[in-house]
Amino acid sequence: MSALLKIEGISKRFRGLLAVDKVSFEVPQGGIHAVIGPNGAGKTTLFNMIAGVHAPDGGAITFAGERIDGLAPNQVCQRGIGRTFQIVRPFPALSVEDNVIVGALMHRRDVTAARAHAHEVMRRLDLYDKRAQRAASMTLPDRKRLEVARALATDPKLLLLDEVMAGLRPTETDRIVGILRDLNRDTGLTILLIEHVMRAVMALAQQIVVLHHGANIAEGAPTDVVRDKAVIDSYLGAEAVA
Amino acid sequence: MLARLTEGLSGRALILLAVLLVVLAAAPFFAGDYLLTVLILILYFAYVGQAWNIMMGFAGQLSLGHALYVGLGAYTAAALYVHYGIGPWIGLLVAMPIAALAGAFIGYLAFRFKVGGVYFAILTIAFAEFARVGFDHLPFTKGSSGLFLPVAQFKHNDLWHLRGQPVMFYYVLLVATVAAFIGCRALLQSRIGYFWLAIREDEEAARSAGIDTFRYKMIAVVISAAMTSFAGVIYAFYYNNLFPEQVFHISRSIEIILGPIVGGVGTLFGPILGAFVLTGLAESLTEGLHAIGIDIPGAKQVFYGICLLFVIMALPDGVWPWVKRRLGLSERAP
Repeated sequence: MSALLKIEGISKRFRGLLAVDKVSFEVPQGGIHAVIGPNGAGKTTLFNMIAGVHAPDGGAITFAGERIDGLAPNQVCQRGIGRTFQIVRPFPALSVEDNVIVGALMHRRDVTAARAHAHEVMRRLDLYDKRAQRAASMTLPDRKRLEVARALATDPKLLLLDEVMAGLRPTETDRIVGILRDLNRDTGLTILLIEHVMRAVMALAQQIVVLHHGANIAEGAPTDVVRDKAVIDSYLGAEAVA
Repeated sequence: MLARLTEGLSGRALILLAVLLVVLAAAPFFAGDYLLTVLILILYFAYVGQAWNIMMGFAGQLSLGHALYVGLGAYTAAALYVHYGIGPWIGLLVAMPIAALAGAFIGYLAFRFKVGGVYFAILTIAFAEFARVGFDHLPFTKGSSGLFLPVAQFKHNDLWHLRGQPVMFYYVLLVATVAAFIGCRALLQSRIGYFWLAIREDEEAARSAGIDTFRYKMIAVVISAAMTSFAGVIYAFYYNNLFPEQVFHISRSIEIILGPIVGGVGTLFGPILGAFVLTGLAESLTEGLHAIGIDIPGAKQVFYGICLLFVIMALPDGVWPWVKRRLGLSERAP
């Protein structure tokens, strides 16, 4: 498998704070990788650099063979990276359907074609029956799935998910895990997720990257990473292994 | 073509629209001179309100300087007519690009350097003020002493030169308002419309959904400015005199935005309904106070303000969403 996303030694400094410190890893085509780590480890900053919100101070990000670091968010999206936000940001006054249509219009000029595609995406994410509802009036689990739906409607090759399970009940978590696994299996969608919910990480990820104080302290298969001493000390805590 | 126009409209909405159109088309046959001038004013505000609504209601960019585009349209067409005898329709072909260019310039400055929200609003006020002071000293348009179009008693309505009776202006504005309504509806249902609403709702989220927000905000400003300049051309040929102090004054810009706010920002019918409510209210207050013999200076403004306050407090989303529910129109949002 060739690497779809290749991150080579990227760093980001905010004034005195080194938020991300020479992080490198690769995500292969069709893979599901997770980034974990304590709060403030630099996970979201890492995502924002991939998504084009921040330009890295150093290093390179290569997506599908093309350098994408320094591009604007919309250009990154157009090249095939869809993202969700840690704190959900659907378009509140628009209906669920219109939210998803906005994403679908990225690669479609015709509104009718976009609507058809949006319906397909909404069915996948169990949102079809709620399509006429205003986004602002939805529950958190629904809004989280709406974020995923909007990103998915842009036809990404890579989906960046920033804590989509946070704040969800275990049954809701399992529901999203199931949806993501099906998507990955059926469409070959590559997924990179930030997640604190280890239940979801262990169920989904083939590979885990652990960040601590902005640096990559461990990387490997889930079963190996959770036994890593540095990871237990900095993040998981001893009881996680017990 | 007709099928596309009426797509998504319920039978009930279509009938009501048709009735309204017939009433408006027939109004001059029944209205007296005074009522006709009120109706002209209403249609004028309905039209410019619609144009302003593209920027604020659709794309979420608050302009408090739309008098600039009215003024540029008015002065361009009037100056071409006064100096070179060029008619208003040809003048419009010059006025629209000038207003669009002014809009593009302001938009570029603001959006390129990420001036947003209230700061953008202040920038739009500033440019309208530049124009007000600048035109005061522009000899070509007679500066602060005012630009006058030759007036005579017109027996015939000369549509080509916009010289004639008020009824001619009424129908020109009616056609313009209907065209603006249809055009805005088509825009809102297009790809551009979806992108505008996304930008209005959450610009950062819109950007990460792949939308080139700079580009679509520029499109909104340019269309809005060009549309507004047409109202300026009509203004010039209807009133026949232009003073920078009046045309570009900030109160003109505020007048433009009151209609859509009262009617419902971001709705298609809000600007039209808002114009009826506001101008209707203002005129009936004038008449009403006159009839009961109250002749205190400023009384009208006070009443007007109280009425506005009431409308905004009772119906913060505007009058139209409320009326729409009352009429049982189940057309999908917005």
